[in-house]
This record gives sequence, structure tokens and C-alpha cells, in this order.
Amino acid sequence: MPLFNKSTQLLAGQIDEFLDAVAQGGLVFRDGVHAYLAGDLVRFDGCIILINDLEHKADDRSKSVETNLYRNSLIPEHRGDVLGLLETTDTVIDTAKTGLFQFSVERPVIPPDCVAGFTSLADTSNEALQAMIIAARTFFRDPEAIKDHLFKVAHHEHDADVISDALKRRIFSSDLDLAHKIHLRYFARNIELVSDRAKDVSDRLAIYAIKRSL
Amino acid sequence: MDVIFFLSSGLFLGWSLGANDAANVFGTAVGTRMVKFRTAALVCSVFIVLGAVVSGAGAAHTLGRLGAVNALAGAFTVALAAALTTLWMTRLNLPVSTSQAIVGAIIGWNIHTSAVTDAQSLIQIVLTWIACPLLAAGVAIGLYLALVRFVKYRRPHLLEIDAWTRLGLLAAGAFGSYSLGANNIANVMGVFLPDNPFRDIELWGITISGARQLFALGGLAISVGVFTYSERVMRTVGGGLLRLSPLAALVVVLAQSLTLFLFASQGLEHFLAGLGLPTFPLVPVSSSQAVVGAILGIGLLKGGKDIRYGVLGEISLGWLATPVLAGVMAFVLLFVVENVFDQRVNRNVLYWIDASVITELAEDGIRDDGLQRLEGKNRSNAVRLKDDLERETKLSDEAILKVINVAQLGHWRVDAAVIAGELDRDWYTADQLRGVRTLVGREYERAWALRRDLAATSPDWLPRPRTKLHRIHNKELDQKLAFLEQAFRVNPEEEESQEPETAPRQPVEQQR
Repeated sequence: MPLFNKSTQLLAGQIDEFLDAVAQGGLVFRDGVHAYLAGDLVRFDGCIILINDLEHKADDRSKSVETNLYRNSLIPEHRGDVLGLLETTDTVIDTAKTGLFQFSVERPVIPPDCVAGFTSLADTSNEALQAMIIAARTFFRDPEAIKDHLFKVAHHEHDADVISDALKRRIFSSDLDLAHKIHLRYFARNIELVSDRAKDVSDRLAIYAIKRSL
Repeated sequence: MDVIFFLSSGLFLGWSLGANDAANVFGTAVGTRMVKFRTAALVCSVFIVLGAVVSGAGAAHTLGRLGAVNALAGAFTVALAAALTTLWMTRLNLPVSTSQAIVGAIIGWNIHTSAVTDAQSLIQIVLTWIACPLLAAGVAIGLYLALVRFVKYRRPHLLEIDAWTRLGLLAAGAFGSYSLGANNIANVMGVFLPDNPFRDIELWGITISGARQLFALGGLAISVGVFTYSERVMRTVGGGLLRLSPLAALVVVLAQSLTLFLFASQGLEHFLAGLGLPTFPLVPVSSSQAVVGAILGIGLLKGGKDIRYGVLGEISLGWLATPVLAGVMAFVLLFVVENVFDQRVNRNVLYWIDASVITELAEDGIRDDGLQRLEGKNRSNAVRLKDDLERETKLSDEAILKVINVAQLGHWRVDAAVIAGELDRDWYTADQLRGVRTLVGREYERAWALRRDLAATSPDWLPRPRTKLHRIHNKELDQKLAFLEQAFRVNPEEEESQEPETAPRQPVEQQR
């Protein structure tokens, strides 16, 4: 079924671009953490620039969609839900960007035996984020199928919790000084936060999907 | 001047119809915020005027329901009572049927003037209250399930659904508004047609008939009603009874139209019967009752717990109260208009049973020895004749109504000037017009005698066998004959003021 008119088509495109930016932000976040852990600071700085641009782009699209929805009084029944979805999804890329920027500002020293834990945590958080993006896209077309994706988000978020917990235990059982331990725990928490935010979005999506069910 | 004053009541009725009935076509769209009230009112108004002027002109030959009221002051009062009742219900935010208000007011007029009320019209109203919501609910449930299935299969984007639903609501609303204008303009303005103050005007080579101008005025009155006062009833329909989703809102409007089309369309029945297919039973339906039924259908499909039963109770009470209130109000107002303002609210009709009446009835299969006993006695109103018939004969209610109709006396003169000036050449066939012309100069004191003579002039004046296939033809023939009877009727005032054109006709009383 073709989209009805250009403005609707444009708006659907903007929503897609917003979700693309957030999804890409997740990948860049993961790559940035990998690059930092590998000591490849050139690639890391590239990721910082990239995630900054993506976060701006997501903000732009989100605002534009919001204005369009209100100006044209579109989807009156789900307008609040869609705006809520965009807002909470935007916080995921914000969290990812902040996390990566903190690596850039504070330059934490990662002990070699913690690298695998940090890598795995970044991967799992990103997977939660990517599953959340698929769930968000599904919300717009097939709300009944959303449960499958929400389950994946929950699963990845739980994995991230487990990995983060193991990582923190490893950090605090090491011989590092307390300040270093707390600093590392802070970074583990920031990476884990991305999956938590993705879970927040998925919790909202679960409600929105019920409201959208026919 | 009198006509313009009397017209004001028709305009008021139009206004109240717009204020209440617009909710049936745009209520769910506005209630779900899919269409802004101003947009809905604008589209609704434009299409109501178009429907009234373009298709309503086709109904210009029918007098509408108020045609039963045989005096202008009576029609004024009946329209006023119906309009006041509808306004009252509108103030209570209740969607009601304006047609039922009119029927109720006419019953009030019947009681006031001792005319006989056809029990069928009462049965039809009660049937509409019950059958129409049930049918509409069933249609809505079917449509909703089909639409949900389609959406799940195609999986369109939320914004696509929104755009298509909005378009559907606007299109269905526009179509519904057009039908509203076309179907109701005869009720609002039809009775004033014979006294139409507008004359044909020519603009850029196009002639705009007086009837079209009158109907455009009526359409405008309905539109003003939509703009000024329909929003609250729209909100009741769109969200008061049940919180609807936009898709459900569209289903409600479609189900309402489909119910009216399937169960009230003689055109569809004719089409299906013509193909030898089974037809849908024709039942009395009303858009106000259909829309509420459709909403209930959706509510029940979703478990019924979200239906606001208090609002439903109020709406049902409104339905019951509308014809009753209109009848009582008409009765009281007619008394005031007649006694305080000294206006004639009905034309006196005499009833006389003689041998010709008994023969005519026998041809229709109505025979009863009691009829002879009633011969040769003048009755000044239908109720008196009905009482006599019930006492002296064993005829059924339907047969009694027929006897009353056949026994009615009047004065009809087939006038060449009326044929030239008032008969629409596009409506009557050439043979029908030729037939009428052969009767020029003849006078009748029984309407059926005029019909009988017409039937002898051309096969086009003969009714066809009473089958579903011929129902439309026979209905149109009835409308044409009713129009002729109305056009050729000589009013007693006219009789007094002018000499007969043909041989002097003995007064009815002297003939006896």
C-alpha cells in the first residue's frame, strides 16, 4: 500500500532516520569502546565525532517529527505514545554518547584482565539497543509481533547485568587501589546503562503495543 | 408574506436537523480528533447544500412527511414542534431521529384534527429502535473484524493507517452529508413547495428553478445548524458512549451507511431482484439509531465493559421521548395557533360512503355488508368514520384505512394551466402527460376517480404487479399521482373566489 501523501511519507521517513541514527549510535558506541580498549585512539576519536553527529541528527529528527505530529494533528490516539517513544529512545543515544565521551575525558586505565569483560559488556549493551530499535520499528507496523523483540531486549539487558556484575566483582577482587576500582566500576556502570535505557524503552513499548492492538 | 413567515418554521426545523443529525456522519471523526470540528462542519455544510440542491431536487415532487398535513399553518406548527423537540434533545447532547420527531408531531396533528393515524407508522418507529441498532451492530462487528484482518495482513505503517482512516472518515462524512441533504430536504422544505416564494432565475444562461432556490435555502439552514450547534452531539456520538479508536470510528460510519444501504435501499432490492438473487429484507432504519447501534457493536466486540451504559440509557430515553414529546408539543401548539392566532391548521375533509365507493372498494377486494348500512351519511372527520366502520363492519385495520381513503371527498379539476406550469416534463413520461391532457376540464370529487381515469388513458399510469422488482416503479407512480392530486386540488377558498371554467358543478352536498 503506497503511503498516502508526501508529508506522511516524509514523516515516516524522519521516524526511520531517527531510529537509524540511534541504531548507528549503538554500533559506534560499541566500536568506540572496542577502539579505546584496543588503544586505537585515532579510531576512538573518530567514533566520538561520529556519535556526536548521530546524536545531533537524532535530536533534529525527533523535534521535526514532534512538530509535524502536532501541526498536522496526526495520529491523535497514539501521538503521546509516539512522542514518548521518541523521547525515551533519544535518551539511549544520549547515554551512549555520554558514556563514550567520559572515556575520552577521563581516559580510564583498563587492566588487561578486565578488557574482555568491558568488551563483552559493550557488545551486549549494543545488542539490547539494536533489539530495542527493531521493536520500535515493529511498533509502527506490526504491534502484535513486538513481544518477540521485547523479549530479546530483556534477555540482552539481563546478560548485560550479569556481565557487569562479574566485571565489578573481578575489579573489586583485584589488587588495584580503591580509587581505580571505583573509577572502573563507574565505567562499567555507564556501559551497562545503555542496556538499562534500552530496557526502559522496551517497557514503554510493551504498554504502547497493547494500546495499539486492534 | 405569510409564506415567508411560515417558511421560518421549516428553516428552524432544518437548523435543528443540522444541529443533531450531523453527528451521525461526522460525530465519530470529530470525537476521535481525527477531523477538526471546523473541517467537519465545513465539509458537512458544503455537501448538505449540494445534496439538497442536486439530488434533493429529485425529491421536489414529493412533499416529504409533512405533506400529510393539509394546511400551511398546520405544517408550520408541526415543523415547529418537531424542531423544538429536536433542539431540546440537542441541548441534552442526545442523538435522535428528526424524522421520528416529525412523525410524532404529525400524530399530534392527527389527534388534534381527528385524522386517523396509520398504526404502521408507529410500528415502524418502534421497529427502528430495536431492529436498526441490532442490524447496525452486526454490520459493524463484521466490518471491524474484516478491517482488522486486512490491517494485520497488510501491516501498513501507523501513519499510513492514520492517513487512510482520515481520508475514509472525510469521504464517508462527505457522502453521508450529501445523503443527509438529499434525503431530508423534502421533509424540511417539501411542504412549502406549492407556496414557494422563489421564482425561476436565469444566471449566465442557466435557469435556477424556484424549487432549487428553496432547497438551497433549506440546505443552508441545515448547514448553519451544523456550524452553530452540532459539536456537542458530535462529542456524545464520538466519545460519550464508548471511547473509539480512529479505525473503529471509520467502521462506525461505514457500518451506518452500509446498514442503510442494505436494509433500506429499494434500488439495491430492485437490482438484486432483477438478477434473480435473494434480497435483503427492507426494514425501517434511521441513521441516528444506526450509528449508536454500530458503536454498541464495536463495544460488545471488545467485551462490553467500556460501554458507558448511563449514556446509552440517556440516548434510549431520548429516542422514546422524541416522538412522544413532538406529538404532545404539536397538539398544544396547534391549539394555540388555531385559537390564539386564528389560523386554520387543517382543511376540513368530508367522508361520504355511496354506491361508487362500495364498488371501488369491492374492486380492491374489500367487501362487507356493514358498508351498505353506512351509506348516505356525511361524516366530518376520519375518526368518526373509523368508529362507525369498527362498529358496523368486520374489516381489518388496513381495510378500514383504505375505506377512509376512498370515502374522502374533495374537489379536483384537471387544469391546463396547472399542467403547463407545474408538471415536470422530465419526471412524467410523454405518455403520462398526454394522458393527463386528455382529461383537461374534467372535475372530480374523489381522488381515486381521477386515478382511475388516468389509468384508462395510458398504460404508463397503471401500477405494475406488487413484486420486489416493481416496488420502485409503483412507489414513483404513487408519488406522481399524489403530486397530481395536490396540484389539481381546488381549495374551497379558490372555489368561492372564482367561477368554474367548465360547466357549473353542483356543490357536493347538493349532488347528494
